[in-house]
Formats: sequence, C-alpha cells, structure tokens
Amino acid sequence: MLSAGIDIGSRTIALVVTDGKEIVQSAVVDTGFDPAKKAAEMAAGLTQAVPVTATGYGRHSAKNGFAGHVITEIKAHALGAGRLFPGAGTVLDIGGQDMKVILLDAKGNVEDFQMNDKCAAGTGKFLEVMAGALGYGSVEDFGRDSLTGAPGTRISSMCTVFAESEAVSLVHRGTDRRDIGRALHASVIERAFGLIQRVGCAAPLVFTGGAALNPCVVQLLRERIKGPVLIPGDPQLVGALGAALSGLENKNQQ
Amino acid sequence: MSGDYRKMWESIGLDLEAHDRLLQALPPAYGEVYLTQENRPAMDYFDFVVNEIHGLRIQELQEHKARGGKVIGTFCVFVPEEIIRAAGGICIGLCSGIEIGSAQAEKVLPRSICPLIKSFMGFKLARVCPYFESCDMVVGETTCDGKKKAFEILNDYVPVHVLEVPQMKREKDRLLWRGEVGDFLAGVEEVTGNRVTAESLARSVREVNGKRRALARLAGLRKNSPAPISGKDSLLIEQIAMYDDVERFTLKVNQLCDELEKRVREGVGVHRPGAPRIIVTGTPMAIPNWKVPHIIEGSGAVIVAEELCTGLRYFENTVPEESESMEQSLGTIADRYMNINCACFTPNTGRMEKLVQLAEEYNADGIIHCSLSFCDPYMIEANRVEKMLKEKGIPMLKIETDYGQEDVGQLRTRIEAFLEMIG
Repeated sequence: MLSAGIDIGSRTIALVVTDGKEIVQSAVVDTGFDPAKKAAEMAAGLTQAVPVTATGYGRHSAKNGFAGHVITEIKAHALGAGRLFPGAGTVLDIGGQDMKVILLDAKGNVEDFQMNDKCAAGTGKFLEVMAGALGYGSVEDFGRDSLTGAPGTRISSMCTVFAESEAVSLVHRGTDRRDIGRALHASVIERAFGLIQRVGCAAPLVFTGGAALNPCVVQLLRERIKGPVLIPGDPQLVGALGAALSGLENKNQQ
Repeated sequence: MSGDYRKMWESIGLDLEAHDRLLQALPPAYGEVYLTQENRPAMDYFDFVVNEIHGLRIQELQEHKARGGKVIGTFCVFVPEEIIRAAGGICIGLCSGIEIGSAQAEKVLPRSICPLIKSFMGFKLARVCPYFESCDMVVGETTCDGKKKAFEILNDYVPVHVLEVPQMKREKDRLLWRGEVGDFLAGVEEVTGNRVTAESLARSVREVNGKRRALARLAGLRKNSPAPISGKDSLLIEQIAMYDDVERFTLKVNQLCDELEKRVREGVGVHRPGAPRIIVTGTPMAIPNWKVPHIIEGSGAVIVAEELCTGLRYFENTVPEESESMEQSLGTIADRYMNINCACFTPNTGRMEKLVQLAEEYNADGIIHCSLSFCDPYMIEANRVEKMLKEKGIPMLKIETDYGQEDVGQLRTRIEAFLEMIG
C-alpha cells in the first residue's frame, strides 16, 4: 500500500511516496509563482494513483484539488523526523519563510511547539537575501565560504532589512565578507536557539528543512546546543514524508 | 444599512469620504465570517444591529441627544454603566477594533503601540466614528500605561474623565476605587445636568444586572455539548452588548436563549461531533475584530467561552439590588467592578483560578491565550497563565497579534497544529 505526501512550502514543493518502510519516489522543485498549479502537476505526475496528503502553507489550496487530507507542517515534521530517527526528542525546521521547533513525547507525538511570528527573520529567505547582499551567486557558496569566517563579528538585528544594512556597513568598513557571513549565520542560530529554549530541548535534536543543507548553519547549531544534531539524508523531504505517513495512518483507521 | 444616513453623519461632523472607506474596509467581511456559518440559531436581530451599526443606533443616540440626553463613551469594562444610566445618560463602549486613521494617530502617538489605543486615537482624529462624534464625554481609565497617557492626548479633542483603577486589591485600594466611583458620579451628574437619586440608581442597577444575567444565561448554555451556538456568534453578542439599548438587547438575548435551551434539549449543536472545545483568554476583541475566533472555528474547533473583557469579564457578577442608601449602592457597585480579573492588577491570581475553573465547567480541551501586540500586562501575565495551566495539565497556545490580516496564514498553521496536538 502506497501513500503520497506533498509539502507545499514558500520556496520549494517536496513530494514523497512511501509504502511505510521506504521512500519509493521523491522530488523537490522550486515553488515558483503558481504553487497550486505546480503542486497539482507533481501530483498528476505520480506513476500510479495513490492517495495524497498535503502539508505546508499551500496545504489548503491542495485540499480543494487533489489532496484527500491535510495536516499542518508541525505534525508532518514530527511524523517524518520520528520515522527517520526513532527516539528523536526535538525537531528544528528552518524552511524558506518559517522556523519551527517541535518537542516530541516518548511516542513521537507533538508535545509542544513554537513558530517564528509573521516576519521571515532567521529563515531560509533571510540567508538568501544576505547571500545576495554579500555578492554570492548561491546560498550554497555563501554557506560554504562563511564556514571559514572568523568569530567575533556581530550582527545585532534580526530583521532581514536591518540586518542587510548592517552587513553592508560592515562591508564598507572593510570587514572580511566571510566573517560577516559567519555572523549572519550565527544570528539565524541565535533565533533558532531562542525558540528551542522556549519549548525546552530534548535530545537528540533533528534538524530539517533547506537550511540543514547549509554547512555553516549546521556547524554553528552544533556548537550552540552542545548536543547531538541529527540531519536526514534529504532534510527537505521530511515534511512530505510525514504527510505521506499520516496518509497511511488514515488508511489504517478506515 | 437600510436608511440614508449621510445627512446625519454630516451633521455630527464625520469625514464622509473617510467614513465611506471605513464602511467598505471592514475586514474580513461580516458576510464571510458570520453568514457562512452552518446551523446558526436565529441571529436576525444581532445581524441587523451590526448592519445598522452606524445607522439606526446612531439615529437613536441623536434622538436622545435632541431630547437633551447625553452620551458617554467608554473603553473599558471598569466604567460603571449603572451610574451613567441613573443620570439619564447612555453608555456606549467605543469599539477600537480595526486599524483606522493610523497616519493621523501617529502624529500624536508613537508608532509601536497597542493597536487598540492607536485605533481609538485614529477614530477620533480621522472623524470616522459616529459614536465617538456623538459623545458628550468619554471615560478613560488607568488600566495600562499606554491608555493612561493616551487619554491625556485624547482630552485635547474630547473631554475625558479619567478613573484611577488601582493596581492591587488591598483594602486601601478598594477605598481608593470607591472614591473614584463617587467622583465619577459627580462628573456624570455635571455632564448630564441630572441628579442621581437612590431610586434612579436602584433602577439602573436592576437594568444592567438584567443585561448581565442574560449574557450569563447565554454563557451557561455553552457548557452543553454540542454547543448550541458558535463562539463567533457569542462574541458578536458580547460586542453588541456594549453599544445597544440595554432593555431591548436584554430581551433579545433572552429570546435567543429560549431557542438555545430548546436546542440543548434536542441535542442540536453548531459543530461536528467531537470538535475540540476551546476557551479564549487575553485582551479584548473589540468589534469588528473577529480574526482569531474565525480562524479557530474555521479549523474545526468550537469556542465555548471568552475570558475576555468582551466576554465573561464584562458580565460576571451582579451588583446587589437591595440597598438602604446611595452610599451603600455606590459601595456595592464599586466592589462589583473591583472583582474584575484584569491584568492591570498585581497579582492577578483570580484570573488563573478562574481559567482553571472555566476549563472544568465548560469541559474545555484547550485554552488559547490571545494578546494584542504591545500589551505588556497581558503578554507578561501569559507566563503566569501558562504556569498554572501546565500544573493542571490544560494545554495552552499563546498568540500575539494585531488588527492586520498578514499573519492569518501563520496563525492558522499554529492553531491547526494546536488542535492536532490536543485532538
């Protein structure tokens, strides 16, 4: 029995098909400007007809179309992370425009959660803007290069717009852009750490979302929480995997 | 609205162009929030009153004024309506529940301030609220620093009588408050030109108690499962309570309760079986702020109680109707208001105890703490609420928001996740 999960995020749409044991099909594409259409195309491209569960900020538009069920990205990440890492205590997800921390109980259920509020401070979008401001062609280059930056430089503003002007004034003062980059990554981690503190961090912590592909974010997170950080092979698929798993649960109940 | 009220609006000094924009802007639209609900009880009267919010009711106020009556505006559940009525005045709760006139308000107020304060200043400075423009006096209070200081500014534009609400509930604070209630009586007598008598006060105590009892009856019916009325409709009625004619409103709420009692007997409800039962607590939700309740109930839950100023804090507890003197009446009136569990008090343990008691009485599955941005008293007190509820094993979600609509998607995700978590 197969089940599909689709995670319609602000920056990417991820699709996972699972039989409950393995991921049998997966894809990640940019969201673009017509997410509902793009998600529908991905669902239509499935090699066989399987029930679809949608999550992510575009979940409700999918519910009106091809998805049979919707769950929130909180529950989806809890389910996905719990499947990949049984015994996970906390999930940190840094996506395109949000950041969330989910505390799991012994059975892997959501016990508590925190999300950033309406602004995109400390999210993937923040890093994208900063990569551009420092002249990097891609966030990947930005992350890799910032890893070699020296500690000591500080960005005090969490706001994307203010942090950008802080970064620019550091550039004009002649600060090495790798040091600025490191400071910007550190500010993301500070924000994540604040959320982690609010729910209480139970080890081990699973780190998901596109930002988990960024080596500088990962290293600074490990240093900050002084505990194990588990990263899935493809951290962008965790929400979609969780949605697919929830589809299987629904089936079992029927 | 049914009639043509433009002449009336113009005569009371509204900026007609800005007022037209306000009438078009009420987001999210009443129709979308209210009229799409399934299986509503007979809400025709309340739908009508909202529809006529700037029409018929204003006409009634103007007729009252033409007969020499006075209109007194308030912003807080601490203002004793009994006293205003006993002096022949009409008490109107001014709404402040929508972002309006921000540009004008920011000329006199800091930009980062409670949206409710910014709203009332915006309403006044932009001249778009016919209630505000009908007021002969408005009553301020000292329930938070923002309001306290903003009333000094508002006094430049309309006479403001400020009540000092104490910050603690010791005997000396109660005495101070009794003095404030006495001064308020004198202030109201001066504005209205009428003496308050023991008889007129006794009558208005009974009338306002009648309104409170009707609202308490409505609240009590929501303890049933399934709930016979939605939280959104209940909130609407609680909002209308602040500006509608007291006796007519009381009658209409009681008529609605008759229908709801029948529903309860027949097991008729407004939600799907097993919908999570939620209590909302926090800062007031002034009309037309239905944002969070609309998301909560749109996500499949039902709100069974509002521990809010637009809710239980407004109508809990009545004033004793037996009295031997004016002095005694003023004392019992003052005491009734001092028992309100507002976050302006330190400590405010009554609120924590109340929430635990409500969760039990209403068989609630969770509590959503909802605070307006920049509201220090409630946002800080949320920690006390959270601590108490955690001890009692009652799930709580904490939300901070304003009158804007841009965080609706975010809030929806958090509320849905909370409902998944407690489901």
